[in-house]
Amino acid sequence: MNILRIIEQLSEVDADVLGRFDSRRAVFKSLGNTAKMGALAAAPVFVSSLFSKAYGQTTTPSVVEVLNYALTLELLEEDFYKKMTAAGRVPAGVAAGAIATILKHETAHVKLLSDTIRALNGTPVTNVKFKTSAFPADYPTQLVVAQALEDTGVRAYKGQAGNLLGKMAGTTSLLQVALQIHSVEARHAAHIRGMRMQPAWIPASDSNLPAPLGPVYTGTIREDNVIQSNVNITSQLGTPYSANDAAASFDEILTMAEVLDASRAGGLVQG
Amino acid sequence: MSNIKQNASEEAEFAKPLYTPIKRRSFFMYAGATAGATALLLSGCDDDDNEIVTPNGTVNLGSGDVGVLNYAYALEQLEAAFYAQVKATPAADFSTLEKDYFNQVAAHEAIHRDFFKAAITRDAPGQIIPGLTPIFTSVDFTKRASVLATAKTFEDLGVAAYNGAGKYLKTPAYLVIAGQIVSVEARHAAYVRDLISPGSFADDSIIDANGLDKAMEPVEVVTAAQSFIKEKLDASRVGK
Repeated sequence: MNILRIIEQLSEVDADVLGRFDSRRAVFKSLGNTAKMGALAAAPVFVSSLFSKAYGQTTTPSVVEVLNYALTLELLEEDFYKKMTAAGRVPAGVAAGAIATILKHETAHVKLLSDTIRALNGTPVTNVKFKTSAFPADYPTQLVVAQALEDTGVRAYKGQAGNLLGKMAGTTSLLQVALQIHSVEARHAAHIRGMRMQPAWIPASDSNLPAPLGPVYTGTIREDNVIQSNVNITSQLGTPYSANDAAASFDEILTMAEVLDASRAGGLVQG
Repeated sequence: MSNIKQNASEEAEFAKPLYTPIKRRSFFMYAGATAGATALLLSGCDDDDNEIVTPNGTVNLGSGDVGVLNYAYALEQLEAAFYAQVKATPAADFSTLEKDYFNQVAAHEAIHRDFFKAAITRDAPGQIIPGLTPIFTSVDFTKRASVLATAKTFEDLGVAAYNGAGKYLKTPAYLVIAGQIVSVEARHAAYVRDLISPGSFADDSIIDANGLDKAMEPVEVVTAAQSFIKEKLDASRVGK
């Protein structure tokens, strides 16, 4: 593995790459040791942890922290749909039925996550409310916010999957539970998008929308990303695919910090 | 620094993707796990694997992470083949918008299939399952209702499959990829369900009282999908 080449390439896009590691000397010393041991098999693992340290979150959140983060988003969604229902602008019929279905699921997620956190001897967050001043009076804008919340939720759960890898509550895989919520959020997002005459999936152009929707589709990895696992989907799969299809065929993660930023869900929480 | 080369010959094969120029957007991938790292992880867990296609024609999806990837690849092959047919011979009663949207869904599924083929070939050389032969005799591609009913089956099954298989992945980078795909499958599922019956995107037939989508084990999923695939699939060691 030519790690020097990797670091060199990183330095082309990130001038600070070496500053991110403990020290230049430490990197090369570790490399030397690895090579001496002839432990080639260990090298990629070493490289992975090296870059995790340099670019990853400084500390891995605990399981309860991850679940409370998810609970915060669910409480925010639940309160938003309660406000939306109370505002009385949702047309009767399929639309009102859909909002009721979504609210029912968010309430169920709140209960499930709270119960799970308690079972893990944690304290579930409470009293997270949707910011009253940010609640739109008109139905079309309410749907815009609903889309923002749902698509943010999808990205937020996806961003925590790695932190739940192998985590259990008794015999229950917390990762699986999170995935089972995650796909429900995606179904919600798809339906809300349909109510707004948008495709159920996220076209590349959404990453360039004005606020409040635009920031939902940006971040370190934007939703118009076409490179997955170092493979350029548009040009490296044998068959060429459009940038729009490449972007829409994979949803992207948001980190905790990105979700909680004031430009996204963080800005919708009552202070 | 550009002239320095270390052990290039020994590692040339699996490290190849790492040599391609890195764009800012993609280099964060290295923070999770590198392509090279996963290659080794995958190759380490199949020493006692049986052959991929047994003499009686059974396709063994394999074990460990590569088993999960082959499993996903098998399902994506099925979906891609289905939507390719939908695109080639669209139902006469599809609207123009529906035709356009299903062409996009066909592209998404073809991308998923081609992506898995590329990733497995790169990271677990020699362990990829062959192309499968779909059986769509139960589908009337000329009828919207028949196409939608089959699409609903495939999409809901795909979501349940990914939801149930995530816990078997050991490589975080692959888990994220699976998560990136499953939410798109859930979007497809919701779209198709709403076309069949508006408002059924996440109804009680698919979401339980805890607000959870389905999660199915690989063997269950393969049993459900088997009637659409000529080759017999063996998912008994996926993730094990």
